[in-house]
Amino acid sequence: MASKTIKLKAKAGNGEVTVKTLIKHPMETGRRKDKDTGKVVPAHFIQEVTCTHKGEPVMTTEWGPTISKNPFLSFKFTGGAAGEEIELSWKDNTGDSDSATAKIS
Amino acid sequence: MSTDTKRRLFLKASLSAGAVGMAVGAGMLAPGVVLAAWNTEAFSAETIGDALKEGLGSDTSTDSAEVTMVVPDSPENGAVVPVEVTTTLPGVQSIALLVEKNPRPLCGSFHPGKRMKPWVSIRVKVSESSEIIAVVKAGDKLYSARQAVKVTIGGCA
Repeated sequence: MASKTIKLKAKAGNGEVTVKTLIKHPMETGRRKDKDTGKVVPAHFIQEVTCTHKGEPVMTTEWGPTISKNPFLSFKFTGGAAGEEIELSWKDNTGDSDSATAKIS
Repeated sequence: MSTDTKRRLFLKASLSAGAVGMAVGAGMLAPGVVLAAWNTEAFSAETIGDALKEGLGSDTSTDSAEVTMVVPDSPENGAVVPVEVTTTLPGVQSIALLVEKNPRPLCGSFHPGKRMKPWVSIRVKVSESSEIIAVVKAGDKLYSARQAVKVTIGGCA
């Protein structure tokens, strides 16, 4: 499944799978003021990211607005092999969400 | 452009509009579920102690050599500070990242599944030169590693 916001890569090696992901998201804190209008830009940030492999969640993370814009995340898990699929999804504070799948290489 | 191509374009456009509408519709249903899971108290806490208490259940953490954090000393741009946390502690329940002088110190917390290795790499915002603290919860106790970073451009956190 192609995703417009998630770039996802997973690589197997040394008995573990390294997952790297880049998510396109503004990660607005709700404290920044718009330079032109002087109005506060409303908070808009990812709150939850989950990664599953074979139907089992391998990683769940909760984020605040102080994770950098267009977040990068990397983690490792065991028990995965090349050719298998992983799925990663996010949800933000406005209720938006997206998910992507990638084959472990 | 022939009528046929036009019709195809129109169909394509209306189909994608439909998909967006559906996504928005689905989003409208989601917030309750999302907010129920997200730890509002921990993320809106203004001190390290409160954030740890709400997020990890205790406000006291012990500095431990078994928690390692890799952060550049002076990352210059506070909007993008790469942080890498790893630990040799067994039975990791969660890993949290905090920036002391940010208005809301808690950046994120990780809940590893059974198969996840206790290693994460992520980028955070640092509003002014401050200490970054990694806290690992293992065996219901908190262990931490800390490092001061100097930023020249604040990260607007």
